Order: sequence, then structure tokens, then C-alpha cells
Amino acid sequence: MAMEKSIELINKRIREGNARVVTAEEMPGVVAELGEEGAFAEVDVVTTGTFGAMCSTGAFLNFGHSDPPIRMSQVFLNDVEAYGGVAAVDAYIGATQQSTTRGMEYGGAHVLEDFVAGKRVELRALSPGTDCYPRRELTTELILDDLNQAIMVNPRNAYQRYNAATNSTDRTLLTYMGMLLPSFGNITYSGAGVLSPISNDPSFHVIGSGVPIFLAGAPGMIIGEGTQHSPGKGFGTLMVTADMKEMSQEYLRAATMTGYGVTMYIGVGVPLPVIDLGVVRSTAVRDEDIRVNVIDYGIPSRDRPALREVSYADLKSGSIEIRGEVVKTSSLSSYRRARGVALELKRWVESGKMTLSLPTRRIDATKLVRPMRETARVPRVQDIMDRNIYSVSDGDELKEAAKRLLKGDTNHLVVLDKEGKLVGIITTYDLSKAIARPGRAKKVRDIMTTRVITTNPDEHVDIVARKLEHYNVSALPVVDPDEKVLGMLTAIDLGKLFGGRWLK
Amino acid sequence: MKLLVTFSRRKGYEPIIAKAVKETGVLIRVDRAHIDSSGGEVLIDVPEESCRLVSEKMGSLGATVKILEHPVVRDEDECVDCGACISICPREVFTFDGEWRLAMEVEKCVLCGKCIDACPHDALSQQVPG
Ligand code: SF4
Ligand code: SF4
Repeated sequence: MAMEKSIELINKRIREGNARVVTAEEMPGVVAELGEEGAFAEVDVVTTGTFGAMCSTGAFLNFGHSDPPIRMSQVFLNDVEAYGGVAAVDAYIGATQQSTTRGMEYGGAHVLEDFVAGKRVELRALSPGTDCYPRRELTTELILDDLNQAIMVNPRNAYQRYNAATNSTDRTLLTYMGMLLPSFGNITYSGAGVLSPISNDPSFHVIGSGVPIFLAGAPGMIIGEGTQHSPGKGFGTLMVTADMKEMSQEYLRAATMTGYGVTMYIGVGVPLPVIDLGVVRSTAVRDEDIRVNVIDYGIPSRDRPALREVSYADLKSGSIEIRGEVVKTSSLSSYRRARGVALELKRWVESGKMTLSLPTRRIDATKLVRPMRETARVPRVQDIMDRNIYSVSDGDELKEAAKRLLKGDTNHLVVLDKEGKLVGIITTYDLSKAIARPGRAKKVRDIMTTRVITTNPDEHVDIVARKLEHYNVSALPVVDPDEKVLGMLTAIDLGKLFGGRWLK
Repeated sequence: MKLLVTFSRRKGYEPIIAKAVKETGVLIRVDRAHIDSSGGEVLIDVPEESCRLVSEKMGSLGATVKILEHPVVRDEDECVDCGACISICPREVFTFDGEWRLAMEVEKCVLCGKCIDACPHDALSQQVPG
């Protein structure tokens, strides 16, 4: 028996209503039971699905011409700015753009959802006016049906998998991975694991340009690779499109990540034709096989350290161990709705509503994403720190500390132990307090702050500025990896560099 | 049962909670309290059978007492069953059922408010008593 099935045969079965369709969640069981060849004979199509936050979502809208006509240069929909630099009455509204009046509470994603829900949306447009387009201002209320086109084009959806997030610092972080509690208080993750479209075809054998998909309830299509596509490391993405007029609010939900911003939850599913054993093998993937790292978002740099590797099965179990402690996990994406997408797609194929196609153009399965090439040198702590070290030792008398503050003309002294390691910090304020309220404090160690927030010579100035702000301190000792003090960075140093931009 | 006790300090200061504990003999657990110079709002937890006794006592001491049957409520139309609320709740109020649907055990809630902030879909809110 030939271990190949043509797409024509599969489509013939779909049209006749007797194609055999399973979801990617069911497929591992089918393969385990029937073997690869048995599963190949039994299954024609495997449907996948994912439903989660996909910031890189938006739509091209065409409003039609007004009378007198306008060439819109600035476009606002419910006070959310859309990009108007595409012809006279076209605009692209991106999901993450925030309202000029309501901030994070309402954004492009909400405009898209309101349109799909059939609500009225206010369009406000401005123009300098031209001979052919004399009008300078326009305000009107529109519903989705009033638009000529509302075509969703999402530059990056359906991430193959996504690293999980946690937080080592002592404060809550508000991120695009949700709320991360202090001291590894929780772990958040995203992605559907076993149902994820690309995880079921990581070599892009049947996923490619022109392939029909489910997008937010509408029949859509894969355009090609998504932005930031990095399948060489297992992080492929897709650029996708569909008509908003066919979408359903059930699979399109605006959201706000508290303290971070607006995003769109969207359902995407790809039906995979079982044309050969390769497809059988790749769709037999299980949650256990799809592995991601747990990343510490407490480290404010692009290359955040991985704490450990886990599988989607581990993440879905509700808790995992990090450094000997059991930490609760929770998803940001909805597995329930991902299942809904795969099941809906299964119904579409079974009922003949959607037939399949092979890629008209292949997607590169080896590509790797590159970091940004930065041509301007980024200022670092070492460029602006004060290299003079004003220090006392923890056993010194307070009087000695006062003398050194005066001598150094500074407000901060680092406190060093006998080995020269940083053990504390004292400020003019600490000292004045001790003198104004004489008590038992005699030595530096009695009044110093021992939990010292520090920086290092390589740290980016933007990160230092955030540290000063968050901890409400005015100076940070600069230390090397052995806690040896190299200098001091103060808010004044930052202020000098940026002409006050960093000071509130 | 959760009781939301509000009182003002206009009529002179009365240690309402201490008095209620002393005079009813019921052990009251304070889940959350916000008290300033003009008055306060305190969320307490009392055994169901003593609910009536405690609220009458506090009422007679000049406080307004409301029973909170569903401390945190979920708008099922907005909720997408993502589960973002699960790991941030200190009391394990949220879990998934076998169908990956969000389940809640509201009686464990101490109204810390974390889940209300964390829900990306604005689906959780605090019941406005009244
Ligand atoms: S975080 Fe909000 S939307 Fe997500 S499961 Fe909890 S209540 Fe539902
Ligand atoms: S308010 Fe706090 S305790 Fe109550 S459910 Fe939400 S997170 Fe849990």
C-alpha cells in the first residue's frame, strides 16, 4: 500500500462528506493504538488550534469616500489612532495601540472586537486638505457593515511554543506574561502545547503560504512566515489573514495585561492534511514532547537566564519545582478555547465547509531570528558613574562617618567589611536622624541599611533609572561580581547625562 | 461566612470588633481591614451559625453589616477560561475542572483583589453589597 495520499483524494472525501478528521489532541492516541501506518490509513485530516494573547494583530479598513472627499492623514477610531499612511480612506488599526483618552483600558484590540460585535465605532479623521481632497476634518459613526473592507492581517500569530515566565525579584512584575509574583511566587505560560498548529508540523511540510485556516471564527489563509519567525530554534510564527466580517467574538477578545498594555486574544487553527507518514509522525506529538524554558523576567535584559526546562505537560499539571520549591503555574492562553477552535475546524472539514490546499510557497523551517543591530552606543553605568569611593567600615564611630561625608562632599557612604566587601550603605539623612534622636546607635553598623540595591558597570542607564524609581533611592553602589565596590551611581549623574529626562 | 462591616467614628470611638468578640464569644477572623480617622471597612470571616448573632451585635454597636455571599464574582461572558487568575490567588480559589473550565471556591476568598487586577479580560469584580 502506498504511504501517500493526494490532496485531491482528501478533498474529494471532504466534499463527499466522508473525510475522517481528528483533532491534534486525539491524534497521539490514534497513533498509539493503530500504529503509524494504521493511523495513516484511518485519518485524513488533523485539526489544530490555539487561543491566546497575540499582540501582533490588526486590520486594514477601507471607509469609502466622504463628500466632499478627504485624504485622511490622521485617523482615530474611538480615540485609538490607526495608521493613516495608506491612501486616502484606508487605515491599519493595530491591536496594541492605546486610546488617547482611556489609556490601557481601551485600545485597538477593543476597536476590533467592538466592530466584530456589531457595535458603533466613532471615526475621526484629520487632513491638511488638497485640491482633489479638500476636506480637513471628519467625524462619523460606523458599524462593520458600513466598511467596504475590514481585512485582518496579523503579522505574527500562532507562536509554535513560548517560554514560561517567573520572577526572582522581591516585587510583583506586571508584564506581557501577566502578573508575576515576587520570589518565584508563580509561573505563567502561553500556548496550546499538543494542539499548537506549528508544533504539529515543525518542518513546515504542509503549513505554508496559501493554506486555509480558521482565524477568529472566519475562514482565512496563511500568508507566509510571521515576523520574528525562528523555527530553527522551535519558535516559528505565521502571518495570517481573514475577513473580519465573518469573524465571531467568541474567538476574538480584547484584553489588558495590567500594568503592561492592550492585547488581543485570538483563536487560530490550521487543518493538516495527512498526505504521508511524515504528517502522521509530526501530529503524534504530545504535551510531554514540547519543551520550553522557564525564564526569569526579574532580569531586565534581552537575554534573560533560563531557570530550567519543562514540558507543556509539566506546565499544565498546575505546579513545577523551581530551586527545590513547588511553584504554581497558570496559563494566559485558554486551552478550553484552543480545543474549541480545533473542534470547530473539525466540523468545518467534516461538513465540507473547508477543503484543504498544499502550500503554494514553502516556509523556511530553519530560519533564526536575529537581535537588533544597534548602531548608537548605549550608555552604560560605567560611562557615568562616580569612580571615587567614599566608604566607612561597619565598626566605625558615627562621628567618623560624618567626617567622611563632609570630606567627600557626598550624601552616601558605602559600608565595607574587613575584606572590603559591601555590607551596607548610610546616607546623610540616616546620620542626621541618629544625631537628632540620640539613642543607642554609636557605630555605623547600628544605623546602616543592610539591604543595599546595587548596579554593575554594564547595566543600561534605562534600567538603572527604573531601579532608582522603584526602590525610591537616590544612589546605587556599583559592584563587581564579588561584591567589591567600584564606584557610585547617583540620580544626579543620570540627570547630568540626560538633562533631567530621568528625574521626575 | 464573609461579613463586610462598615462604621464611622463620628459618634466617638468604639472598638467594635473587640466588643463583638467579647460579648458574643464568637471568634472572628479579620481577612482585611481599612481603617482611617473617619471610619473603616473591615472584612471578617465568622462561622455560619454565628453569623446572625455577630451581625446583630455589631449593628447595635453602630456598624453597618452586609453579608457577602459571593465575594468575587466572575462575568461568564467575559471569562475565556485562560487561567491567569489561578496561580496568583493566595487562597487557591480558582482551579480548572476536567474540561479546562475555570471553577471557583469563593468561600476561600479573602478579597485581596489580586485576581481582579490580574484578569486580562476584566471578568472578575468584587460584589457590591447592597
Ligand atoms: S483570568 Fe479572568 S478570563 Fe482568565 S480564567 Fe480567570 S476569570 Fe477567566
Ligand atoms: S480576591 Fe484574592 S483571595 Fe479572593 S479570589 Fe481573588 S486572588 Fe483569591
